[in-house]
Amino acid sequence: MKLMDFFRKKSSRDIARDRLKLLLVSDRASCSTQIMESIKNDMIQVISKYMVIDTEGLDIQITMAESENGTLPVLFANIPIRDIKTTEK
Amino acid sequence: MSQVIVVTSGKGGVGKTTSTANIGTGLARLGYKVVLIDTDIGLRNLDVVMGLENRIVYNLVDVIEGSCRIRQALIKDKRYSTLYLMPSAQTRDKSAVSPLQMKKLVDELREDFDFVLLDCPAGIEQGFQNAIAAADRAIVVTTPEVSAIRDADRIIGLLSANEVHRIDLIINRIRMDMVRRGDMMSVEDVVGLLAVDLIGIVPDDENIVVSTNQGEPLVGSDAPAGEAYRNISCRIAGEDVPFMDLERPLGLLSRVRSMFRKNREAVG
Repeated sequence: MKLMDFFRKKSSRDIARDRLKLLLVSDRASCSTQIMESIKNDMIQVISKYMVIDTEGLDIQITMAESENGTLPVLFANIPIRDIKTTEK
Repeated sequence: MSQVIVVTSGKGGVGKTTSTANIGTGLARLGYKVVLIDTDIGLRNLDVVMGLENRIVYNLVDVIEGSCRIRQALIKDKRYSTLYLMPSAQTRDKSAVSPLQMKKLVDELREDFDFVLLDCPAGIEQGFQNAIAAADRAIVVTTPEVSAIRDADRIIGLLSANEVHRIDLIINRIRMDMVRRGDMMSVEDVVGLLAVDLIGIVPDDENIVVSTNQGEPLVGSDAPAGEAYRNISCRIAGEDVPFMDLERPLGLLSRVRSMFRKNREAVG
């Protein structure tokens, strides 16, 4: 069993690469506030076609979430709905 | 058409100045007119790496402030007559120069040179802003370490945000023996993470220390790093040069070892 563990052991190269994969995503997200602002505005535009939303209370961010494949970066959006537009185009 | 290239990295100590000196010398060896500008005000280093520290009379800040003409601050290289250095000021600080002033100076140098290389200070403050303001393209230097790659990624983001869109990557100080052992990220790992074009791979080479001791860039010598920098210089000049085979010095013993390793990878 120990021998198998030895074969399966993650190399420090893999550890470094995996750490960086996550790190760079969160760095890029927190650095590019401009892009986040654009995403937010585009989302408001699209969703407003179908429902009335509280644009002041809208919040989007990139966070880390646990999943089956380990920790993954996710886009988290909290969009308070005021009303649903009933008239369909 | 002249090119203005900023050599930058974010993190200190990854080889910006060594790369600038070697690429500049490499381009001069190809016959181009090249000027190297040390933009690290207060911590000048390019002059010692080039071995020109005893010839400095005027510096970058003197030119910017109008205390001398551009020509007076340019130091001709010891070995190559088309290579010049504009040293930085040692006793001033970064606020002595603004991005606009740097741009104006570089635009004047463009007239007389094929390549203007800007050796950028570490960090992302004023010195960095000055150096990238004037650049047409950038060379980002990194080593296969987490800290250097993280900083390089940040720098790449800042370069794009500042309208420098042509960005090439140099991976410095790679050790193929460690990569094979699984203890260092490979070229593919680093390029995959940073997602920019690769322009050169420089192996970890103790000859670099010797050449810096002597104040003579290594480019063009038989040493592995010298060869790597010669290739990079050719690529910058637009030539299509294949990447060198870093596996070459593999001895019999390491060959046998790597066979075992391949088997292990198949199992793991």
